Amino acid sequence: MVGAIRVLAHRFAYVGLVLTAGALMMLGKADAVLMERLRVQVNEAVAPILEILSQPIDAVARVAEQVQSWIALHDENERLYRDRERLLQWQTVARHLEAENATLRQLLKFVPEPDARFVTARVIADSGGAFAHSLLLSAGASSGVGKGQAVVTGEGLVGRIAGVGDGAARVLLITDLNSRIPVLVGSDRTRAILAGDNSNRPKLLYLKPDAVIAEGDQVVTSGHAGAFPPGLAIGSVASVSDGEIRVTPFVERSRLEYVRVVDYGLTGILKEPMRGGALSVSAAAAAEPKPKPKPPAADGAVKP
Amino acid sequence: MTPTFWSKLDVWARQLTPFGLTVLLLLIGVVPLHIPGFGAVAPVLPLIAVFHWALYRPQLMPTVAVFVIGLLQDALTGTPIGVSAAVFVVVHGVVNTQRRFFFGKSFAIVWLGFALVSTGAFVATWVLVSVFYGVLIQPQALFFQALLTLGCFPLLSWALLRWQMAFLRA
Repeated sequence: MVGAIRVLAHRFAYVGLVLTAGALMMLGKADAVLMERLRVQVNEAVAPILEILSQPIDAVARVAEQVQSWIALHDENERLYRDRERLLQWQTVARHLEAENATLRQLLKFVPEPDARFVTARVIADSGGAFAHSLLLSAGASSGVGKGQAVVTGEGLVGRIAGVGDGAARVLLITDLNSRIPVLVGSDRTRAILAGDNSNRPKLLYLKPDAVIAEGDQVVTSGHAGAFPPGLAIGSVASVSDGEIRVTPFVERSRLEYVRVVDYGLTGILKEPMRGGALSVSAAAAAEPKPKPKPPAADGAVKP
Repeated sequence: MTPTFWSKLDVWARQLTPFGLTVLLLLIGVVPLHIPGFGAVAPVLPLIAVFHWALYRPQLMPTVAVFVIGLLQDALTGTPIGVSAAVFVVVHGVVNTQRRFFFGKSFAIVWLGFALVSTGAFVATWVLVSVFYGVLIQPQALFFQALLTLGCFPLLSWALLRWQMAFLRA
């Protein structure tokens, strides 16, 4: 009798837990913001452990990279010499244009864009497998990271902040299924939407029917919708085949160790409904005019 | 402080290790390894641990613990919350009903069993996530993820067995 009850209770536990999981999925569909906050809370709790775990692996990766660079030293040198030649020419051009630009701006009384603030953060988790492309960063609201801010490296755009806790933040990569970014393609500056689909190469959607796109065309953010500033490098067109255009991002996900979270002061369509807690604090901080950035080395100001 | 207190604490700590090890595997699974292309096909290590403990020490891995591990997996990897939780609980349940079959069988049979169960788990996850987002997720990365998980099974299972022999001799 007791055994039978135990078996029944056991079955009940299974069914109950699976139903609970189902209910959580429904809730996630109904209130994505709540679930994202829950997710960030959990991430924040394990962030210190991930931070410790990721350090030896980063060290090994650095050694491997060093060995690789020793092996390729000669070729690398050749390449750098050639690049230097080319870049020196460009430098002359850039100086000339800079001077011209400054004069023209003065003539037109152009209002300069405000300086952007950035925070450098360590990547402590690179996760998701086949179902989601996201990163976990070791900086959160306490360092000025806020939802919707752009995450970049020297190479280009990595993604945007999807959720932020006090000391950790989750980045939605541009390759994620849920990522949609308004972009400009090529020198024609054709408008399109860069849509991730969990593959390594996001696709371009909603192009004009008469748009001409070729392999190698550069893709940059357009700044429409106010989520990103215009002109951030994203990638280049990798393939154009019947109706499907794919883009190779400049940023290599596996090499990311440190990234910059840039606050351009744009809230765009990602503005959070006021809910209290860490998110509203960061939203309020973004809304008010910024005083001088805090002294820590990670903070600083950069021209966009 | 009587010795019985310490021995109780000792037993208690040992019995928590299946859960602790599974959580550790989960965390190791999401640490960036800086291997090109690895992020999208990283093996689902906790699935191996859930299978292993459900098979060999089910009393130390209650269903609720499996549920919590699934939630943690969802929160960390970015899959919709509840998906891995449901899949892990079902895996636990399936293995629990088939335990008798696996008793005394060779490792190859256990591995084959894991291949079947994990394939089912990946397909179920794929269906759930696809339904959640209302689009078909590309299956290529998933295929390699399943293969890698299967490939990690012997090594991890061996390590967990050693642990079990050393610390959980019940």
